Amino acid sequence: MERNPLRRQLQIMRKSLFDQGYLDEQFVQLEELQDDSNPNFVEEVVTLYYRDSARLILNIEQALERKPYNFHKLDAYMHQFKGSSSSIGAKKVKAESTLFREYCKSGNGEGCMRCFQQLKKEYATLRKKLEAYFQVARQAGPMETACRPK
Amino acid sequence: MAVNGAVTWLRRAEEIDGYDLSASDSEEVHVLAVDDSLVDRKVIERLLKITSCKVTAVDSGRRALQFLGLDEEKEANGFDGLKVDLIITDYCMPGMTGYELLKKVKESSAFREIPVVIMSSENVIARIDRCLEEGAEDFIVKPVKLSDVKRIIDYMTTDFREGEERRRGINKRKLRD
Repeated sequence: MERNPLRRQLQIMRKSLFDQGYLDEQFVQLEELQDDSNPNFVEEVVTLYYRDSARLILNIEQALERKPYNFHKLDAYMHQFKGSSSSIGAKKVKAESTLFREYCKSGNGEGCMRCFQQLKKEYATLRKKLEAYFQVARQAGPMETACRPK
Repeated sequence: MAVNGAVTWLRRAEEIDGYDLSASDSEEVHVLAVDDSLVDRKVIERLLKITSCKVTAVDSGRRALQFLGLDEEKEANGFDGLKVDLIITDYCMPGMTGYELLKKVKESSAFREIPVVIMSSENVIARIDRCLEEGAEDFIVKPVKLSDVKRIIDYMTTDFREGEERRRGINKRKLRD
């Protein structure tokens, strides 16, 4: 257990993110790519993810305003969103993306709409938690969260 | 798959001057990474750098072909540049898919020997088979892990080194023409 209170807090936050299913193993993969030469790698990737996600969410929102729904287009957007969510280990968001794509494939507009609202909630929650996490991480300074095997 | 890779490396090395012990100027493997996703490009770039590769990351098949000098619409600007030792490409991309890029590379006499690895989030056997049949060296299921990249770079560089040692042994005995 970390003696430094900030690092301890960071450890607790990190554990909670995994225990509550917000993050999966892929996040650990990213942590293992972080080192002294790239000390903020994970946060950089996650920041790109926010940028990418904002664009895709907007696209989907606009697409859902046009009836009848273009399920092919909706699925294509969500495929991208699922991909980047998967790449950072965003477990719950990824699950909602998968569900959304199922609804697209079965042409279920209601399902898509409902699912998208849920997805946006999950995304907002994850983003808030990650922003808080990285804020503490920056204050705590470099920390060995995962060791990259040499 | 690994055997094909070894043969590919050997053949390329033999085409160059027999005394030349390295097909490229540096020890580093130069990888051309192709992915339309900003997030994935950043990750694959880091994964490859950690595996000691030189990386050029582009966002489309079109740009990949331009980089290689294969794009028909843009004239090759005579850019000799760094030789590409490996292409890693996403399968699902708007415009040209990774599969189409694979085909274009394998159809080109100049570049068909470059190993191409396909990445895809969809673990579909038919897709994997189709890519391998078209000449892909390997297929990685996304999200990409360090172990995936290490595996590929390891067996490629090992095969090359082993190929070199074998060749050196042969050249000692054989007369060069």
